[in-house]
Amino acid sequence: MDFTLILFIVLAAVAVLTAIGMLVSRNAVYAALFLVLNFATVAIFYLMLGAPFIAMAQVTVYAGAIMVLFLFVIMLLGAEKLPKGGVLPWQRPLAIGLAAVLLAEAGYLLFQRIQMTTELAGPGLEVNSVEAVRTLGLALFNQYLLPFEVTSVLLLVAMIGAIVLTKKEKGEA
Amino acid sequence: MLLSEVTNTGFFNLAPWIIFSPVIGLLVNIIYGGRMGEKAIGWLASAASGLAFGVSVLLAVSLSGVHGEAQVVLFADWIRIGELNIPWNFRVDTLSVTMMLVVSGVGTLIHIYAIGYMHEDVRFKNDLGRYRRFFVFFNLFIVMMMILVSGDSYLMLFVGWEGVGLCSFLLIGFWYEMDTLGRPSWANSNAAKKAFIVNRIGDLGFILAAMTMFWYFGSLQFGEVFAQAEEIAAHQPLVMIAITLFMLIGVAGKSAQIPLYVWLPDAMAGPTPVSALIHAATMVTAGIYLVARSAPLYVTVPNAQYIVALVGAVTALCAATIAVGQYDIKKVLAYSTISQLGFMVAAVGMGAFAAGMFHLVTHAFFKALLFLSAGSVILGLERGHHHLAHHGKSEMPAEAAPTPPKYGHGSSSHNEAFDPGDMRNMGGLRKTMPVTFWLYLIGSLALAGIFPLAGFWSKDEILADAQLHYPLVYILLTIAAFFTAFYMGRQNWMVFFGKARHDAAAHAEESPKIITVPLMVLAGLSILGGALNLPYLHTFTHWLGYTLGGEGAEVVAEGAAHAVEAAPWYVLGGLNLAVAGLSTVLALAAIYISWILYGRKPLTHGQIDPLKKMLGPIFTGMERKWLVDEIYWALFVDRYVDVSRFLADVIDWRFWHDWFHDKFIAGTYNWLSNIALDKVIDTRGIDAFFNGLGEMTKQASASLRRLQNGFVRSYALAVLFGVVVILGYLLIR
Amino acid sequence: MLPLTYYLVISAILFVLGALGVLIRRNPLIIFMSVELMLNAANLAFVAFARSFDVLTGQIFVFFVIAVAAAEVAVGLALIVVIFRTKHSIDVDLMSSLKG
Repeated sequence: MDFTLILFIVLAAVAVLTAIGMLVSRNAVYAALFLVLNFATVAIFYLMLGAPFIAMAQVTVYAGAIMVLFLFVIMLLGAEKLPKGGVLPWQRPLAIGLAAVLLAEAGYLLFQRIQMTTELAGPGLEVNSVEAVRTLGLALFNQYLLPFEVTSVLLLVAMIGAIVLTKKEKGEA
Repeated sequence: MLLSEVTNTGFFNLAPWIIFSPVIGLLVNIIYGGRMGEKAIGWLASAASGLAFGVSVLLAVSLSGVHGEAQVVLFADWIRIGELNIPWNFRVDTLSVTMMLVVSGVGTLIHIYAIGYMHEDVRFKNDLGRYRRFFVFFNLFIVMMMILVSGDSYLMLFVGWEGVGLCSFLLIGFWYEMDTLGRPSWANSNAAKKAFIVNRIGDLGFILAAMTMFWYFGSLQFGEVFAQAEEIAAHQPLVMIAITLFMLIGVAGKSAQIPLYVWLPDAMAGPTPVSALIHAATMVTAGIYLVARSAPLYVTVPNAQYIVALVGAVTALCAATIAVGQYDIKKVLAYSTISQLGFMVAAVGMGAFAAGMFHLVTHAFFKALLFLSAGSVILGLERGHHHLAHHGKSEMPAEAAPTPPKYGHGSSSHNEAFDPGDMRNMGGLRKTMPVTFWLYLIGSLALAGIFPLAGFWSKDEILADAQLHYPLVYILLTIAAFFTAFYMGRQNWMVFFGKARHDAAAHAEESPKIITVPLMVLAGLSILGGALNLPYLHTFTHWLGYTLGGEGAEVVAEGAAHAVEAAPWYVLGGLNLAVAGLSTVLALAAIYISWILYGRKPLTHGQIDPLKKMLGPIFTGMERKWLVDEIYWALFVDRYVDVSRFLADVIDWRFWHDWFHDKFIAGTYNWLSNIALDKVIDTRGIDAFFNGLGEMTKQASASLRRLQNGFVRSYALAVLFGVVVILGYLLIR
Repeated sequence: MLPLTYYLVISAILFVLGALGVLIRRNPLIIFMSVELMLNAANLAFVAFARSFDVLTGQIFVFFVIAVAAAEVAVGLALIVVIFRTKHSIDVDLMSSLKG
């Protein structure tokens, strides 16, 4: 049991538990907070996999910006809790059953068919962060320049769309 | 063989433009004409025709550059079925170029004339919209005529042949809902139908000729047919006679020869430029062109040639006599046209192809001139009539003009319509319309064959050729020439001399420049046209000789003896003084007689024709056109109507419709459908099956409908279910 | 170092939990969060594979996924706000008719 394995097990436990917490918490604010924790653990997984830039992006964009947006909307609407009861009684047991089957299939696939138990090569946590980010940046601005620019257009469109959608129409207010 | 050689040099590639340019003209007029003024429409059409003339001139120049060698300009594949291959080629040789020049040249002048003529005509008849239609038809006619003369096969020629027939029909019936005087009637459209149907009879002959030709020659291309002509004639002379005589029927239809000439006088119902262009100068000469084009076929069967010549000569004389008894200015010219076409047919029938074509060209000049001048006269009278109606006063004695007619054609209340084409309404126009008078006089003298106008040279060439080999034809034609001079003299005296016999004539006004200038050009050509083929020079004969065999045959046929045999008409004689002198003397005598009858004591209003007193029933016969129309009516049309009526009433209606269709077929069918099909098979079998099917679908869909509950989460569950199933399938596969 | 499979197992578990969240929760906000969780699971698998095969493409793709997720959240939350404004509730089960 070396340090990495212990770290992995702890983080995995936290990730799964926070995901379940998000799933079951009745209050949307709690769910959002669980999710923040979950994202943070995933960010550490990224670091362990030698992807420091993605880890930082995960923390700033997901755990930071997106979740803040979520919390903001929850509080704006005051919709952290919904009244009990539902119109679809069979939905939950069916969903859980199907999810179990899906998980079983995934496990079967991972352990029986692929069997990739070989350890990952190269440095993990020990990676040269500056060099890794530099490599990623070069690829992004050379090979993937066009998709990168298209992404900016996508964000602009999303922004305009959000503004147009939430804008009150004339005479409505 | 020279003809089959395909050369694309010089200006010959321009040949398709003789068709394209009028096509463009008519398309522009169809599409944009509505937004263009009258002037623009008319000049555009004229320019399109003029461009075709320019191209024709270029072709003629190029042709003389290659010493008249026939050129075939490849244009497009037309028909290709198995062995049969008929391309659309343009044949440019001396004969076709001559026709192109006449068609587009005279055509352009008449286009220009029509700008002025139709301007007034549409106003007299109260329908300005037809101005554009007229020029579209006119350009279409030029297109079709060009296709006719430039085609390289009998089939292509036939396309043009039918096309000009169509244009003729459209233009005769141009004012289809009125008669020539503008009164509501179907007279004009009946005339158009008559022309079309009579031409159909002729076309049947053409088709039979073409089919026979294809059967025995295996081709319709000129070059291939002519190459085999002598061989086929030697082995199967009857085939050759059949082809040439069938073709003669076509010629008789198109060129108005006995027995199919009856449509041409009625065709005068069209506007005057139409009469000039189509029914005098160009379209009706298509038959002569056809015979000349088929010269290699005709020269192989002298018997058929003799029949053709005789038909032409008899037509020439017969029509000339009828012309003497006519009162309508255009009818006289119409019969004169038939008569002159008879001259040409006789000429080409005798094998005097150059003489026939020469007369065709000069006739195009002076007959177009005469018709157009007649149109000018008619317009002048219309103007005078108009003038009277507006001023409402009569300077003539009361008995001369009992009721000053009101202006306004087309009104049914107008009982006694004024006929501006009736020569009995004219008289004295020499003073009111001096320009037209001089032009008409030139045309008349040219037609009468007075030295040195164009008609003299061409007519005498025909007579000289006839006198050599065909004495009977010569006699007939000479008499016809005498009558020609007589009726032209009579017409001139009646129209232009003496005193006005009607108010309108007294107030006639001269036509504007747009009308008279083209006439002056035509008059110049009528005077100088004879220079084309002067005796001893024979420019025109040499020119055509390249195509029709004369000189070319000498080169090809190795040996003078054979050459003479191949082209017996190729006689370059001098001026036959006896023939020329006799015909001139006869013409002068005829004019003198006409002066005695009509010039010395001019007709007064209401006076009967002096000739009628002298000749009595004979003149009535002439006036009534020898009752040919009535005889045809009694012999053919009535019988045809009887047969049709029998077929319609008895066979079609009573037997076919009442019994066979209604009782037999419909009755049986009703029984079958009612009892057998409807009650048993349909209701119990098919209906039951499909109703059951529908019921099943209804029930199935009712139960499936429950799946669509509208909850997003249910749909998401369905998606997950699908994912699980597909993944499962992929795993256990 | 750890085998690739470990990360893939975590990725699969997180994905299934996210899918379950989408299916059993009625609050669209939490449904959205679950969708984000699923995206994260996929991202984790991408980065793990990128590490395994020692290529950069996986990381680049994750970068784009994050950008798209941000856009999606912005538009999705705007939609929720609009729906709340008209229905005065955000329960997805109440949105079962085609009319707005």
